[in-house]
Amino acid sequence: MTDPIVIGATINGEATQFLASERDSLLEALRDRVGLIGTKEGCNNGNCGACTVILDGRIVCSCLVMAPEVAGSTITTIEGIATADALHPIQQAFLQDAALQCGICTPGFIVAAKALLDQNSAPTEDDVRLWLAGNLCRCTGYDKIVQAVLHAAANMRG
Amino acid sequence: MVTADKKHRVVGTRPIRHDGTDKVTGRAAYGADLRLPDMLIGRVKRSPLAHARIKRIDASKALALPGVQAVITSADLPNPADRVVPFGEGSSDLKDLARNVLAADKVLYEGHAVAAVCATDAHIAEDALDLIEVEYEPLPVVLDVREAMLPAAPILHDGLRTKEVGGEKGDQPSNVASHLQLKLGDTEAGFREADLVIEREFETKMVHQGYVEPQNGAAFWNRDGRLEIWTSTQGSFVARDQIAALLDLPVSKVRVTPMEIGGGFGGKIPVYLEPLAALLSRKTGKPVKMTMTRDEVFRATGPTSGTYIRVKIGAKQDGAIVAAQAYLAFEAGAFPGSPVWAASRCVFTAYDVPHQLIDGYDVVVNKPKVAAYRAPGAPTAAFAAESVIDELAQRLEMDPLDLRIKNAAKQGSRRADGATHGVIGNDEVLLAAQDSPHYRSELQGENRGRGVAHGFWFNIGLESSASASVNADGTVSLVLGSTDIGGTRVSIAMQLAETLGIAAEDVAPQVVDTDSVGFTFVTGGSRTAFAGGWAAYEVGMDLRRQLIERAAKIWEVQPEQVEYADDGVLRGPPGDDGAPRAITFRDLAAKLPKTGGMVVGRADVNPKTSGPTFATHIVDVEVDPDTGKVQILRYTAVQDAGTAIHPAYVEGQMQGGAAQGVGWALNEEYRYDDQGRMENPTFLDYRMPTALDLPMIETIIVEVPNPGHPYGVRGVGEVPIVPPLAAVAAAIHDATGVRFNTLPISPAAILDKLLPDGD
Repeated sequence: MTDPIVIGATINGEATQFLASERDSLLEALRDRVGLIGTKEGCNNGNCGACTVILDGRIVCSCLVMAPEVAGSTITTIEGIATADALHPIQQAFLQDAALQCGICTPGFIVAAKALLDQNSAPTEDDVRLWLAGNLCRCTGYDKIVQAVLHAAANMRG
Repeated sequence: MVTADKKHRVVGTRPIRHDGTDKVTGRAAYGADLRLPDMLIGRVKRSPLAHARIKRIDASKALALPGVQAVITSADLPNPADRVVPFGEGSSDLKDLARNVLAADKVLYEGHAVAAVCATDAHIAEDALDLIEVEYEPLPVVLDVREAMLPAAPILHDGLRTKEVGGEKGDQPSNVASHLQLKLGDTEAGFREADLVIEREFETKMVHQGYVEPQNGAAFWNRDGRLEIWTSTQGSFVARDQIAALLDLPVSKVRVTPMEIGGGFGGKIPVYLEPLAALLSRKTGKPVKMTMTRDEVFRATGPTSGTYIRVKIGAKQDGAIVAAQAYLAFEAGAFPGSPVWAASRCVFTAYDVPHQLIDGYDVVVNKPKVAAYRAPGAPTAAFAAESVIDELAQRLEMDPLDLRIKNAAKQGSRRADGATHGVIGNDEVLLAAQDSPHYRSELQGENRGRGVAHGFWFNIGLESSASASVNADGTVSLVLGSTDIGGTRVSIAMQLAETLGIAAEDVAPQVVDTDSVGFTFVTGGSRTAFAGGWAAYEVGMDLRRQLIERAAKIWEVQPEQVEYADDGVLRGPPGDDGAPRAITFRDLAAKLPKTGGMVVGRADVNPKTSGPTFATHIVDVEVDPDTGKVQILRYTAVQDAGTAIHPAYVEGQMQGGAAQGVGWALNEEYRYDDQGRMENPTFLDYRMPTALDLPMIETIIVEVPNPGHPYGVRGVGEVPIVPPLAAVAAAIHDATGVRFNTLPISPAAILDKLLPDGD
């Protein structure tokens, strides 16, 4: 094994340093080195979206990014979506609309939806479905997830 | 017993689930999220061959790799006794379970576990896998259920003899583990009465539940002989019992802590990794965590059977079905135990058919041992039966729902398994579907079609325990043994709240380990809101009795003079001032500490059956004649829930089941090469529906209360996957004029039929 390397990145608004193996994916580093277990592994090859994070403004599957690549980057994970005292409107809408069943895909969906609403405050149903097509949910049939994102967008527009 | 006709305060509302905030913020801890001090990571060495004799396993190079702590093989497992271990929706021979967990002399499918290793780091454990040398003697493979039934087929188990109808065993080794038969009336005579008889063959492929969270399991074998297990399981007690049996430990030595579970659909009832983690922990003295990759989930957990089904149905000119016959052959995978028994028992059960003959065959093949998958066996059986019924309707020029309504089983109808239907909502569901906005709408446009199909599922009862303690602030802490896969904490808590006349938010449910609550069967069989809710109701009644006694003591009256009303107010006879005595649950809770102490309620229920249920699905599709792609335009699911405790989560089950069924109908299949190597073990190539593949799924909840449950619950999770396969096929037939009797109806399959030869 090669020696671990020190990586610095801004994670959920905090300047963070962590040790990682050069073999670690960002997903492994977040979960095993930084301790942010909210980002989930469903497939480890970029097909399910459970490990979605926002990396420098873009959503990525963190299993497809190597940890050393994120040096100097800004990363938002599910742990960075709510404020200290309040859930994000997307999180509120997921609860209100019963948009989760087992919940394993939920962090990925919420992070992806956040990135959508950051750039499009009034998405159509088709916009939401296209944007979320990289996130698999096996429990809900997507209906209530799509509804929740549309409701969150409406609530955020006020 | 039935209280469903009275107004409920909590049941039927949509409170936010108690575990919701943890799950939308990433705080909820699933199996893979477990972190223990000094924890090792384990991995499994798997067979690249689908059928082979293991000649030699040499782990010396792996053990020499720095960081590697231990390697185990089947030699480390106690020699399993010849006995049957009951577990969720079936049972398993202990020897088979042991051989599936770690292959002994033979590997029987690609991905079969042959050894396990643990190391200080996941990367080292992964590297070590390549250093474990296994020498195989390849054997011929058999992958298809019909080929496996042929006398000349390669034999998986030399000791396996067919268990024939009536129980006697065959005298030759066979891949047919059992042949079962159900008989009602006289089908030969029945078919003679028919004006129209249709017989068709159907074929479906092995499919996977597709839960997004891979299997996992962690263990710490303490030096005092106690074994701690943490796992994402559908049933912590059933996991405990399997692990204890496999490791030859008394159950009192094993404690299973259920982690949050990322989907299961039946697939997380058998154990795979937990016993391996336990053995590795015993060898190292350290906790060991194991997690499957997605590839391993596909190749080495329990999907559901590929099938070959033949269905023959005869009807009179007026649509009355007089006779029905089915031949069902199900792949069990590498060990006996397919859901053909359930498929056989429900293939015609939605209908009142006087003459029935059903033959089921449980067949081993060189594929992973199947596990339960949502209404096990029923979807493919319904695909066959409902497709024939759709064709009957077409040939008889009847509305396909009219034909079903004409033949719908009713209370008292005899089923092929000998039972008679009790109070069921079969007619109500069919009529609601026929009256739905979707069915009454007109579908227009080229290459478009509409299909309907109907389905039945039993639902199960069985054992659930719960206890609850009243807190002085008027809240109640509820302790459950049921893993919460889809919102059962809230639906069970709501039934306790209803019983006590308090708010759902004032009940705090938690799922605890096997040492902290009474035996509770798996979250499966659509039983959790049913039996768990029943236990919660009995807990509530236990608390009501104790609170009545306390109020009587405070008021210095007899308990018989105190009434606990459904609004959560206790009322007694007038006091000295002449005013009626009354105290709310909350006020009484505040008085508990100083009037004798807190109260705890508990219950254990074990209903043998639940309330069966029915579903009708309506689907509109558009088939692209150039690409063969099928787009779902509109979808409506209608279902009898008995009583919908939390309607949003009932809708969610209906929508999720429909979506899984659409995937099964259109795209999902295990693809194998001729050597039994799976060709599509990723979510890219095993194509499950995405948000883009589906429309909103309309739901109509019918409520015909189950007289066998305090709140009329029937169980809702499984039946919604029963109709979609046939409904989608019927819609594609309506759009293209072609009947597809093989699943999946993929773009390639459609083009094969639609394009002229040679294109």
